[in-house]
Amino acid sequence: MPELGRAALVAALGLIVYAVVAGAYAAWRGRRRLLDSATNALFAAFAAAGVASLVLLAALARNDFSLDYVARLTSRELPTGYTLAAFWSGQEGSLLLWLLVLTGAASVALALNRRLVREVLPWTVAIVGGVALFFAFLLVFIASPFDTQVAPADGAGMNPSLQNPYMIAHPPMLYLGYVGLTIPFAFAMAALASRRVDERWIVVTRRWTLAAWTFLGFGILLGAKWAYEEVGWGGWYAWDPVENAALMPWLVATAFLHSVMVQEKKDMLRVWNVVLVAGAFALSLFGTFLTRSGVISSIHSFTQSSIGPFFLGFIAVVAAFSIVMIVTRLPQLRSKTRMESLLSREAAFLYNNLFLVALALTILWGVIYPLVSEAVRGVAVSVGAPYYDFFAVVFGLPLVLLMGIGPVVAWRRASLHSLVRQLAWPAGVALAVGGLLLAGGAGSSPAGLIGYTLGAFVLTTIVLEFVRGTRARKSIGTAGGGWWSAFSGLVARNRRRYGGYVVHAAIVLLLVGAVGIGGFSSSREARLAPGESTQVGDYRVVYTGSSQERGANAQEVRANLDVYRGEELVGTMQAGKNRYFAEEQTSNEVGIRTDWLRGEDLFVIADRFYGDGSVQLDVIVNPLVNLIWLAGLVFVLGSVVAMWPDAREQRRLAQRFAGEGALARA
Amino acid sequence: MLAALLTVLCVVFVARPLLRPARSAEGREELDPGEQLRVRALERRDRALAALKELEFDHRTGKVSDEDYRALVGPLRQEAAQALRELEHEDRPEREVKADVHG
Repeated sequence: MPELGRAALVAALGLIVYAVVAGAYAAWRGRRRLLDSATNALFAAFAAAGVASLVLLAALARNDFSLDYVARLTSRELPTGYTLAAFWSGQEGSLLLWLLVLTGAASVALALNRRLVREVLPWTVAIVGGVALFFAFLLVFIASPFDTQVAPADGAGMNPSLQNPYMIAHPPMLYLGYVGLTIPFAFAMAALASRRVDERWIVVTRRWTLAAWTFLGFGILLGAKWAYEEVGWGGWYAWDPVENAALMPWLVATAFLHSVMVQEKKDMLRVWNVVLVAGAFALSLFGTFLTRSGVISSIHSFTQSSIGPFFLGFIAVVAAFSIVMIVTRLPQLRSKTRMESLLSREAAFLYNNLFLVALALTILWGVIYPLVSEAVRGVAVSVGAPYYDFFAVVFGLPLVLLMGIGPVVAWRRASLHSLVRQLAWPAGVALAVGGLLLAGGAGSSPAGLIGYTLGAFVLTTIVLEFVRGTRARKSIGTAGGGWWSAFSGLVARNRRRYGGYVVHAAIVLLLVGAVGIGGFSSSREARLAPGESTQVGDYRVVYTGSSQERGANAQEVRANLDVYRGEELVGTMQAGKNRYFAEEQTSNEVGIRTDWLRGEDLFVIADRFYGDGSVQLDVIVNPLVNLIWLAGLVFVLGSVVAMWPDAREQRRLAQRFAGEGALARA
Repeated sequence: MLAALLTVLCVVFVARPLLRPARSAEGREELDPGEQLRVRALERRDRALAALKELEFDHRTGKVSDEDYRALVGPLRQEAAQALRELEHEDRPEREVKADVHG
């Protein structure tokens, strides 16, 4: 079977080389049949990558330790779900996943847009093939998952931190995001190469960016949930370099999704938009490099490898190619439209872009500074949370404020008088909420107080946008008269706008949850003997004794706890440690008790079990933390609404380009 | 054996488009200048009409004051009218040809 896997990878490499060469030649000489052949080569490369993936999955399922990859990452006792998830827990499997998802996404994108962007397709095939070529090359020559050895009796097992359900979903989700950003990059560069910079490339690029951005955002939150449960320090995001690696392209893609609207409505920011698309893609490659090269020490990075220089070289090639394409096509990209007023929707989008990109660049500097310092001065330094927290507040709070102001500012120009009138209610509600919180003692965290006040401001704006929009639509009378039909018609006809508002609401939920855990959590450390208790907030935790049992692949030790609120026993929970047999490693297994009504968690870490039967506990109350996870679901809901296909837009574009039957042959 | 079969299938699939007869003349496709002008005029028309619609809606929801509305609606209508005139100009030869044929 490994031979089949290797042959499939070699076939994929050959097919991709052909797709690149044939695609570029088809673009240069206008060969339509050659383009179809090159496109088929990419489809076939997807099938070949699929075969290689099935071979690897089969080897994992059969515990085929004659494959070095399987022996390094799994063991006989590892539960089946984690055994199969080892597909993407190692470097070689991750690269294969990249190739599989990339060729799959490219196949879907090419098939769906065959008619819409016909003249751009040959270059798209060549460019997306160029990216796939890099990964196929690595898989065939540098990091093959099909290297064989004399099979050991058992494998080395999986890092205990990876043995968490969220780790099954988190990496594929991130990869779908990273890889998805290749598609808009390929279409954008192909539009430049073919000098077809009309609205079509924007439509295609926007859709794929939105999809990739959704996967990336949801993947980041799944990673945060994993860190919260598995790493066990009581937090959810620690500005770890690998976490930041996913956040940076997400921020740049967020900037693009806003600024692309300015291009669509006002034909402005064309150069800027291409720069953002290229930047998001380069950062997604950089993110993969950080995760996979092991160049930076991180709790999320499980690899030390030699592929780093290849990645850096490829990122440099992508950057150079993008710069050359943008500079040589500047005449086609220049816009004749100018901004009419600094108080307009387009200006608000511009400010939003500046803050988002500034935040992404600040994070980038924090990530690469230790590398630069070590390379230049030979001194190893680390950039800690205070640096990131400072800039997150400096750039993040104005962004939240803009989320509340931007939607009520008119395009072209707005008068201060209308703006004040529109913002009277949101400002009033925000001040009332801030006052109530201050009276309730929330002033202990000034950043938290400001965050909640701004959150109330944004949420009120969003609610009013829905209310005013529905009322206006009802008054037009096209909705059939009812409030519900007016509301559904409003959303259906403006999916991106109202889906975007739902995403804004998700960001507010995230903010409220993050401020809750960051500004208002309380904790206590205590060494307890059986029968003793400790009090944190409203909770009293009683340690009733410890227990041990043998799990599927680990010895599990647990501290058993009774939880009281006042005098009422509200439940029991366990916290402890797992000692893994094959891996010979120990992991913390935290106890989490969620109160859905309050949105808070009682979070318990059993730090140490003593010989006298006592236990060292770290008990934390995390208020509103569950709003962070709820934000993830609301975020996906809003994204789905925003990316739902718009039949009217399709019809409009089809009508506009229907005359391309009048294409002249050169 | 399986690998050889995979390779043959790939080769056939990739070569198939090259084996079919060309449906039309091959060559690099360039939009003719008239078509380019038409596409640009359509883009301007769609953008102006969408902006007018948005302005009406913003006016209704109170985002745009009466004064701003009056100042903004004129240039937008002119922009849309200009694009429609250009389109009419682009379409005229075709209509004239049709009129000649039927007349």
